[in-house]
Amino acid sequence: MYTEREILESLSKVEASREQRLKDRENIKRMTAEDKEAILKAYHPDYKDDNFENLKIGVNKGDKVPHELADMLQANPRINTADIDLANPTYDVDVLVIGGGGSGASAAIEAHEAGANVMMVTKLRIGDANSMMAEGGIQAADKPNDSPMQHYIDVMGGGHFVNKPELVSKLVNDAPEAIRWLNELGVMFDKEEDGEMTTVHGGGTSRKRMHACKDYSGAEIMRVLRDEVFNRNIPVVDFTAAIELIKDVDGKIAGAVLLNMETNEIMVARAKAVIIATGGAGRMHYNNFPTSNHYGATADGLVLGYRAGAKLLFADTLQYHPTGAAYPEQILGALVTEKVRSLGAQLVNRDGVAYIHPLETRDVNASGIIRECCARGEGVPTGTGQAVWLDTPMIEMIGGEGTIERRIPAMMRMFGKYDIDIRKVPILVYPTLHYQNGGLEISANGMTAVENLFVAGEAVGGIHGRNRLMGNSLLDIIVFGRNAGQQAGKAVNAGITLKDLTLSHVDAYKAEMKDAGIETDLVSPKLLPTYHHREANK
Amino acid sequence: MENMVDVYLYGKKYSVPSNLTIMKAMEYAGYQLVRGCGCRNGFCGACATIYRIKGETELKVALACSTKVENNMYVATLPFFPVVKQVYDVNVIKPTEQIMMQLYPEIYSCIGCNACTKSCTQGLNTMQYIAYAQRGEYEKCAEASFDCVMCGVCSSRCPAGISHPQVGILARRLTGKYIAPKSEHLYDRVAEIASGKFSDAMQELMGKSIDELKELYNSRDIEK
Ligand SMILES: Cc1cc2nc3c(=O)[nH]c(=O)nc-3n(C[C@H](O)[C@H](O)[C@H](O)COP(=O)(O)OP(=O)(O)OC[C@H]3O[C@@H](n4cnc5c(N)ncnc54)[C@H](O)[C@@H]3O)c2cc1C
Ligand code: FES
Repeated sequence: MYTEREILESLSKVEASREQRLKDRENIKRMTAEDKEAILKAYHPDYKDDNFENLKIGVNKGDKVPHELADMLQANPRINTADIDLANPTYDVDVLVIGGGGSGASAAIEAHEAGANVMMVTKLRIGDANSMMAEGGIQAADKPNDSPMQHYIDVMGGGHFVNKPELVSKLVNDAPEAIRWLNELGVMFDKEEDGEMTTVHGGGTSRKRMHACKDYSGAEIMRVLRDEVFNRNIPVVDFTAAIELIKDVDGKIAGAVLLNMETNEIMVARAKAVIIATGGAGRMHYNNFPTSNHYGATADGLVLGYRAGAKLLFADTLQYHPTGAAYPEQILGALVTEKVRSLGAQLVNRDGVAYIHPLETRDVNASGIIRECCARGEGVPTGTGQAVWLDTPMIEMIGGEGTIERRIPAMMRMFGKYDIDIRKVPILVYPTLHYQNGGLEISANGMTAVENLFVAGEAVGGIHGRNRLMGNSLLDIIVFGRNAGQQAGKAVNAGITLKDLTLSHVDAYKAEMKDAGIETDLVSPKLLPTYHHREANK
Repeated sequence: MENMVDVYLYGKKYSVPSNLTIMKAMEYAGYQLVRGCGCRNGFCGACATIYRIKGETELKVALACSTKVENNMYVATLPFFPVVKQVYDVNVIKPTEQIMMQLYPEIYSCIGCNACTKSCTQGLNTMQYIAYAQRGEYEKCAEASFDCVMCGVCSSRCPAGISHPQVGILARRLTGKYIAPKSEHLYDRVAEIASGKFSDAMQELMGKSIDELKELYNSRDIEK
């Protein structure tokens, strides 16, 4: 419960203005294109040049990325290539899927369906992943008033029009089919009594096309996919990280070097196709932001792919989710799903003013909160920083009593554990590092420039341009996860002959580092963050 | 000065700030977690934990990532518990009573001790959802088990050897696939796309310049 005086004073202002705000709610103006530009430039961390540096080596030499990512991309490999016995692999498979989230599971299922001998490796357990945490929902244009074109325009607009059209077109065209696939696997979508999907808006959508499974959307999808992987007896090697990719002497992908996270044993997996499905990077804590991501979100796939010669796209754009929990301290950075705003909760400043439309795109709303807190003195001090209110009690005034428990039970539980009943009192929020907009570049067939190296999910760059809309990531992990699995299966079926395996690209990369004068003790991929002592509060 | 409390991690005493979760307290103490830590926010079930406050008889369970430390807390983690997962083909099974009987017959040995419900880290009525499963009431079982994070604590406490989380997911998949009403509009749209109905319009859109797209985006109507 709130006890601090300043918080309580502000809270009473929020309560006092609630009735009136409810009445005026439909009249809040959306920002013009110029206003949005201006607020992003002034307040969004992506626009602050000193948060970035230019890469000194590799395919993207000269391009800017966040310092923390540059450190990992330009760090030493974890292995001495000469120590690795490539001739006697521990595993020998057709398709190796790296990562146990939704994209990896979808890829594995489809590669298996195509008849390939597929294996998954994952750093933690299958399902310990960002996919499990998605709350809000998944987009698909499956209603009569909607269309793939309408969805396309929303995705491009959200991404600032720089998305790769071929990827966006695939995303929106395959979306209804993705929902069908999930539903037929047994995913319990929220539906009306006649079977119509219950859908709402998300930030930046022009149609109500957000499908959900209460506010456990990702968990429900991930649990079902995991169960399906097990039903198919697809081997899942858990607590095992990929730490380097392997090629054959012709330059085709040929497998990965693996590390047992518990015993530190190094192993080799030989594979005719590899799918990187390693997800995001919240645990890199770019610009010192807290994060909503799972423990293993450390951009490993980007490092693996980059060293092997795959190209990065939009690696300089991160998504700061506007509503990370800012109070109590125990859940600092944890996600407060956008659905809270979809259902009607407003963003309200210290003085009880609804200063912005709650469903502007994420980057705009995150910038808005930073502006209230850092420039206008309209933030509420939380003890660890500043925050604005997210006025949850409005939800029940709009949707009726019981809406919160029915539609966002996970949120109710998360705050309830700290004696905050979100039906009765609003919550305090501040932006949290949430999503890696950029990643490895692929074509519509899911492949990188390295032959038979596929990427799916949050590790991909280009689908969402410079900003992803809510609900399009769960969608892309299914669409592009399945696609990668199908394409890898197809490639294997068409016949791939591997020549001798090599790690020469790793040696070449090390040489490039040396030539560029990069000297560092850091090793990568990062694998896990370390939170000892004071760090433990992040 | 931060308020400190004493916690006993696997019996060894550490002094940690009182505002930390159990998970962060372990890290504060110097552990580098590998097992027992996934989402760090109550969704994945990796961090099942058993604890007892010194001097009390009650054994409590919690998710380490979303439970605050208390003074004199004795903590043991349960990063893995061997539950039984039966394999099946979701396209072949049907939502009949027999399927539970066939795959998870041990649920009929439930002795009604309610230890599962008492130990649920999500506060679910676990015994009730098992009862629904026994009766073939899968939709009710699915609803009642929906928030399950599959941490396995219930199974660890069950004298009948039931793998509750696996029963729950079977009921949910049956419900999602067979029992919930079918979404006609979804199938219509999938068919429309397959028939190529939108291909030309999409092709045209993909060829648009950024300025043209901006125009379309900024003037698009937004559903109320
Ligand atoms: C809190 C939260 C809420 C979200 N809500 C939504 C939402 O409502 N709608 C939406 O569309 N999107 C949402 N997202 C985004 C979306 O969930 C993710 O972007 C998406 O699920 C990523 O899926 P993935 O399979 O690419 O990665 P993940 O699900 O993160 O899986 C990556 C896997 O790879 C493993 N891994 C990483 N490195 C290695 C390595 N070196 N070796 C082996 N394994 C490795 C990881 O441990 C993990 O198992 C949300 C994200 C978060 C964090
Ligand atoms: S770490 Fe996922 S539930 Fe605790």
